[in-house]
Amino acid sequence: MECTAESVAEAMRAVAAVVVEHRDELLRLDREIGDGDHGENMARGFTALVSKLDGHAPASPGGVLRLVATTLISTVGGAAGPLYGTAFLRAATSVGDVASMDGTVVAKALRAALEGVVARGKAEVGDKTMVDALTPAVAAAESVAASGGGVAEVLSAAADAAELGADSTVPLVARKGRASYLGERSAGHLDPGARSTSLLLRTFAGRAR
Amino acid sequence: MIGLVVVSHSRQLAFGVAELAGQMAPSVKIVPSGGDGMGGLGTSYEAVGEAISQADSGAGVVVLFDLGSAKMVADMAAEEAAGSVMVVDAPLVEGAVAAAVRAQGGAGLPEVAAAAVSAGGGGQDSVEVGGDVVRAEVSLTNSVGLHARPAALVARALASLDAAVVVRFGEEEADAKSVLALMGLGAPGGARIEVAASGADAAEAVRRVEELAARRFDE
Repeated sequence: MECTAESVAEAMRAVAAVVVEHRDELLRLDREIGDGDHGENMARGFTALVSKLDGHAPASPGGVLRLVATTLISTVGGAAGPLYGTAFLRAATSVGDVASMDGTVVAKALRAALEGVVARGKAEVGDKTMVDALTPAVAAAESVAASGGGVAEVLSAAADAAELGADSTVPLVARKGRASYLGERSAGHLDPGARSTSLLLRTFAGRAR
Repeated sequence: MIGLVVVSHSRQLAFGVAELAGQMAPSVKIVPSGGDGMGGLGTSYEAVGEAISQADSGAGVVVLFDLGSAKMVADMAAEEAAGSVMVVDAPLVEGAVAAAVRAQGGAGLPEVAAAAVSAGGGGQDSVEVGGDVVRAEVSLTNSVGLHARPAALVARALASLDAAVVVRFGEEEADAKSVLALMGLGAPGGARIEVAASGADAAEAVRRVEELAARRFDE
């Protein structure tokens, strides 16, 4: 399939609906081990994104990703704003000004997003953050892209891996972010950032089919 | 002159820290940026960016922050800023005070940043006076002794001098160019301190401390 500016924008609208739909779940997860605002923050950011896309949708996939980045940075707040903002900004830079993305470009964009998140938040796998979902997702995406997979296959593999990665955060003790202040008490809870990352990828995969 | 930005999740906290540091460094531009911009707790990328450009008079800006995500927002805003910006991981209150006093003394960006970082205590470099040492006994005739504002006056008066200066009170010794070290001596009103200085401006350094004490630190 062709992954054009229009399809990326549509995927972002779908994400906005999913984030709003899961707002209470993210809120509950974040209340357990964070400051309880993740659901609200993400819903606000993606709702703001939709009104920007309604006003003027950029003409290239990279342009849409850049708009996502700047909107999330200024509207999401908390740690998620800078982290998702950086992720989409690096993805946009990696995509450049191609008119349409294939599986390889998508996998590269995901790799760039992960590197941005790690540079910004300094978290590693095992710290109980979105990195635990994004790292296996990128590995899966790259392996499918390397064997010639298209956008739908790449995103589907990434979403599967991200869900397993998010689930792997449950027993972990948080070493980054607000949850780390809880120490041992953060164990036994799903990390909200890892959850939202897997939600985003699953939604992208659903749109790409 | 270097400017400062104080980033906090709380608007009141940011403004309070800026007020406190400003008392010790009246000419330094200290811009608070606190809260999510919508009346709640949080940080605003845009607001921090604006604060950085307000604080920058061309020499550069040091940014202090309170908690995790404030650092990320500060880092992003610093990367986008037009001038030279350093985000420092320092204790918010002590770091802002130390940086403000150092900036007031006319120090450059690395020195101001270092003053903030070493304000945590662990990183205090001790100063050695040696060679030809100029000494003086000084009485603190003001009521509060080497409290925050008087300590800041001393540190500022000495900042630009080519001299190593220490102040001794009892068994303790402090770098006279460090406002936090001076305050840490806990020298109260009525105390006698010893000032010792070496270097090209040693005599002038001692004279300045004596003069400030004689003026009762403008109390």
